[in-house]
Amino acid sequence: MNNAQIYSLCGAALFAMGLWGVVVLRHLFRKIIGFNIMGAGVFLILVAMANRTHTPQPDPVPHAMVLTGIVVAVSATALALALLRRLYHETGLATLPARGADPHGNDSD
Amino acid sequence: MATIPIEHAVLALIVLPLAAAILSIFAGKRGPTLALGAAAIQAAAACRIAMGLNQNGAIRYRISGWGAPLGIDLHLDGLSTIMLFLSTLVGLAIAVYATGYFAQDPAHKSGADPARAFWPLFLLASAALNALFLSGDLFNLYVTLELLTLAGVALIGLAGSVASLIAALRYLIVALVGSLFYLLGVVLTYSTYGTVDWELVRAAASPDIASRTALALFTIALMMKTALFPLHTWLPDAHSNAPAPVSALLSGVVLKASFYMALRIWFFAFPAVSSPAPAQLVGALAACAILWGSIQAVRQRRAKLMLAYSSVAQVGYLFMVFALMWGDSAHLAWQAAACLALSHACAKSAAFMSVGTIALSCGSDEIRRWKGIAARYPSAVLSFAVAGVSLMGLPPSGGFVGKWLLLNAAMTGQGIGLVAAVVGGSLLAAAYIFRVLAVAMTSGDSREAALVPAALKWPPLVLAILSILLGFIAAYPLSLLEHGAPLTGRSGP
Repeated sequence: MNNAQIYSLCGAALFAMGLWGVVVLRHLFRKIIGFNIMGAGVFLILVAMANRTHTPQPDPVPHAMVLTGIVVAVSATALALALLRRLYHETGLATLPARGADPHGNDSD
Repeated sequence: MATIPIEHAVLALIVLPLAAAILSIFAGKRGPTLALGAAAIQAAAACRIAMGLNQNGAIRYRISGWGAPLGIDLHLDGLSTIMLFLSTLVGLAIAVYATGYFAQDPAHKSGADPARAFWPLFLLASAALNALFLSGDLFNLYVTLELLTLAGVALIGLAGSVASLIAALRYLIVALVGSLFYLLGVVLTYSTYGTVDWELVRAAASPDIASRTALALFTIALMMKTALFPLHTWLPDAHSNAPAPVSALLSGVVLKASFYMALRIWFFAFPAVSSPAPAQLVGALAACAILWGSIQAVRQRRAKLMLAYSSVAQVGYLFMVFALMWGDSAHLAWQAAACLALSHACAKSAAFMSVGTIALSCGSDEIRRWKGIAARYPSAVLSFAVAGVSLMGLPPSGGFVGKWLLLNAAMTGQGIGLVAAVVGGSLLAAAYIFRVLAVAMTSGDSREAALVPAALKWPPLVLAILSILLGFIAAYPLSLLEHGAPLTGRSGP
């Protein structure tokens, strides 16, 4: 097993762990962290993939993609944190209520 | 107009709304004028592109002449032109409506001003949509979809209520997870083929395990973003708690963007990898979406929530195409996809806007409080009813043509279950549309018609009429669709 494969497997493991966190954990901050761990997993695979040329010169394209991916992840995290702060400010809660719990909702799935 | 090179029109569709978005942050009270101007020019550019397409056929535009795989390629064919048409025309109507809506909005009068944040975000969403429909590679599709999602989440939050905050967060979390699934698919594609340009991928693609995994990841991601059953749970809250122009934009246009990507990836990038078996699974989910969404729509007490569940069902009609894009029914299904997307975009935006007008004045979108409002808001109820005709799929509307093509495709293929879902969904749609109309048309309210500003009255009416007209002029968009149709040289199942 070469280095790139080890990195890729670690990336896949991080992705799965992060996904578990987003799906299972209820606290919104933990969900946001989980999303970032998922992202770190994908970025790790991307960085490792630069090795696909099998020469001393790595492939620069995946690295450019990582940069773009990080920018997207940072902005998304910032937006999520801003919404979370506002939610906490308004309701004192940092979790999402069960669906259909709000006074206007009458849907039930 | 024909003297403008088509490349300039293509670039204008991306650069103009992006520049206008930044300017509108500083434009203050001139924001609406700026946005309206940008929206009008975009619609003109889309018309120019459609004219050019009929002369020259599909084009690939290499920005700065770099070319794939290193540079950024824009790709313009029949499908992208139709989607650009859809996003710019509906976008223009929504922009006009929003000028009237935010002037009336109580939150606007009380000083908290969602309108100021609306214009930059709306223009950003337009830029993202146009760039998405023009992207020639899978990675740019990812970036533009993210821009669109982030703008959409912020737009939902504009309403400022706790319910809208929760809806925005719920949408954001699903969308972010979806985007990472998508990015992982891009990673796998690049590691296998060394390119993310979907034409180069198509030329090289073979059905190995990495490509299959990539396709599965793309599909899951786009099902999340388009809210295909059972991943639809974020949609009803998100679309029903946003301000009316935002609901119209999200349900009418934004949903179509991720559906467009799914079509691109299945039938343009990976035709060699996609196969009928997983497509049947998508079709089965689509059938469930139609029935579940329609049943839920019938059960709702709030009109906006009802329309949002109706969108869940309409997403089902769109994805049903996947099960039929094989063998003899492929061409019909392909036409059905475009027709359904166009007519739903016009009809659903019109319905959300007319409901928004009524809710703005009544202070509520609860259907039972709408007794006799047809006398008070005749134009809004009229546009709702006309849009409803297309949503139900009654002839001669665009929705009817779309469903007719879909039914024909399902009859040609072996999709009797799908036929049942389409028919059942249409009957349920009639139930929920007529339920609103029945309440609205009861007599007893003797008040005379309220004064509704022209900006609130005309956009939904025009879009609703357009969704009917589509039934008559469907041949034109369908002829555009032939440029770069994906079906030549495809092997059947």
